[in-house]
Amino acid sequence: MRAVIAEDSVLLRVGLVKVLEAVGYEVVAAVGDSAALLTAVEEHQPQVVVTDVRMPPGFTDEGVRAALLIRRQWPEVAVLLLSQYVEERYAADLLSSNTSGVGYLLKERVANVDDFVDALQRVASGGTALDPEVVAQLLVRRHRDPLERLTPRERDVLGLMAQGHSNTAIAESLVVSDSAVAKHISSIFTKLELPAADATHRRVLAVLRYLGEG
Amino acid sequence: MISTSRLRERLRRGAAHPSVAWVRAKGEEQTAPSPRPPAPWSVAALGELLLVAAGVPFLLPLILVVTTSQAWCFVTALLVLFVSRLTRAQRGRFQALGGLVVPELRSPAEPGSSPPVRLLAWARAGSTYRQLGYHLVVGPVLALVGAVALLGTGAGAVLSTVIGWAWLMPRGTPVRGGHGFPAVAAFTLIGMGLLVAAPWLAVRVARVDRRAARALLGPSRAVELQQRVAVLAESRAGVVDAADAERRRIERDLHDGAQQRLVSLAMNLGLARRTLKDVPPDAMQVIVDAHEEAQAAIAELRDLVRGLHPVVLEDRGLDAALSGIAARAPLPVRLTVSLERRMAPTVEAVAYFVVSEALANVAKHARASRADLTVRQLDRTLHITISDDGVGGADPGKGTGLIGLRKRAASVDGTLAITSPVGGPTTITVELPCEL
Repeated sequence: MRAVIAEDSVLLRVGLVKVLEAVGYEVVAAVGDSAALLTAVEEHQPQVVVTDVRMPPGFTDEGVRAALLIRRQWPEVAVLLLSQYVEERYAADLLSSNTSGVGYLLKERVANVDDFVDALQRVASGGTALDPEVVAQLLVRRHRDPLERLTPRERDVLGLMAQGHSNTAIAESLVVSDSAVAKHISSIFTKLELPAADATHRRVLAVLRYLGEG
Repeated sequence: MISTSRLRERLRRGAAHPSVAWVRAKGEEQTAPSPRPPAPWSVAALGELLLVAAGVPFLLPLILVVTTSQAWCFVTALLVLFVSRLTRAQRGRFQALGGLVVPELRSPAEPGSSPPVRLLAWARAGSTYRQLGYHLVVGPVLALVGAVALLGTGAGAVLSTVIGWAWLMPRGTPVRGGHGFPAVAAFTLIGMGLLVAAPWLAVRVARVDRRAARALLGPSRAVELQQRVAVLAESRAGVVDAADAERRRIERDLHDGAQQRLVSLAMNLGLARRTLKDVPPDAMQVIVDAHEEAQAAIAELRDLVRGLHPVVLEDRGLDAALSGIAARAPLPVRLTVSLERRMAPTVEAVAYFVVSEALANVAKHARASRADLTVRQLDRTLHITISDDGVGGADPGKGTGLIGLRKRAASVDGTLAITSPVGGPTTITVELPCEL
């Protein structure tokens, strides 16, 4: 798979290239700012883009804006955003249009190579990967009242679901059966008054839509 | 042993020391009058004579009022009209000849207000009446006494030399009357007496004049204190801001340096862990341990950096930063934020840290199952309420955490109130000014 990396810290950029190449990606370009990122995406048409949020020249949210542009212009390119801190608006922006093939992780998660690669692969294959901290923040925010109707277990399931995990992955991490997870999920959808849907990213969209607008 | 006189001298100096006499305006310290008046005919006394001499023209209004009985109204009106100019002239006199800087008076009206408002403020200000008092009464009276002293000096100079020129005078004048030498001797003695007494008087007049000018032409003590408070508040805000900026700088340095290196290190270790297949189990265990250590170090450093200054606060403001705190709290927090605009950066930082520490306290001591956090902006005040359903009994007198919170709030002139009956619940209310 072809990948483009945008990260202004040389140290991390080199590290990311190494990690991606080690797990079988072909890094066609590694750049240091968002303008170069857009040029590289246009030129190489990669399958996946890994980009920092804060980049030159403004050091604010260049990465997010570039990601949105890429999602609009080349919807088939998956984008994984890395950020120094959690900002729910980035997540909302990113997920508002299309939740397939996007991810938003804290930068330091790349230190845990296995988790990072797992998230990257989920994104590259059209899924979603949200940092647990992002999800925690989304869940703590407004519109809590309907969420309070959820049992603690259902909250756990909702959290993992929002991170982009499949039913099987959720069942594994909570050490319950697949059918128990399915039961929890349908109960969550009932309580949140959302029509159940089967595709992973639709569930994330539903959760986020609910959190963002409900 | 210190002699009494030296002790007194020290005390006097102490009183003139800036840190002790801090309420005085600048400039006064430099020119604090020497405690003892200068001896007559010393250079200093000559200077005082000059000061007194320059004050004599200010006698004019009094002379006009007294002599032209019909025109006193007119003269008074003129005085009132030119009161600030007169004050400026007098200030010039004291600065040039008396070595005394009378602090400038501030306009009693707010800058940019309309003429009627200005006039009203001027008419109601105490400083206006103090100035008028000086120009109408104190100044002229002192000028009169000063004029007498000057005339006395002149007369003393003439009379004390009478013995030398008495023969020049025509016969029959008082100096060369029929009495001969005794009269001349008497005049000479009187002249010499005047030469001592008149400068002595002038020096006293100058002293009184200085004091009166400082009391009546400068700002009153209350105003001086007010100005002083404003200066202190500004300098404290500067110190608080500087500390805040320094924390940000350290945060940035850590993030750009150590943090990035650690992440890169952990990434390499993770990669090694993942890709190296044929290493001995011992060596692999070392790699695994190192990787986990590095990740723990990253987490620790992140917490440290957050404690210094959260970047999200700078980039996205209080709302975003607070949702981070609420999400990381080990108990469910209901967060309600309504802010119209960004606060001053230092106020945002204080609000952030107060909430962060308060929630940490709740998690540590309150045994609460949930907490509510409300942040509202009302007019120019930021209201923060943190309440929990815990056991209560928080005592701001005992817990250093709560004292720290109060100090944090106080550093930007904020207040912090705690109600925490034993048995709970606890509510902390913080009010901060939005702008410094």
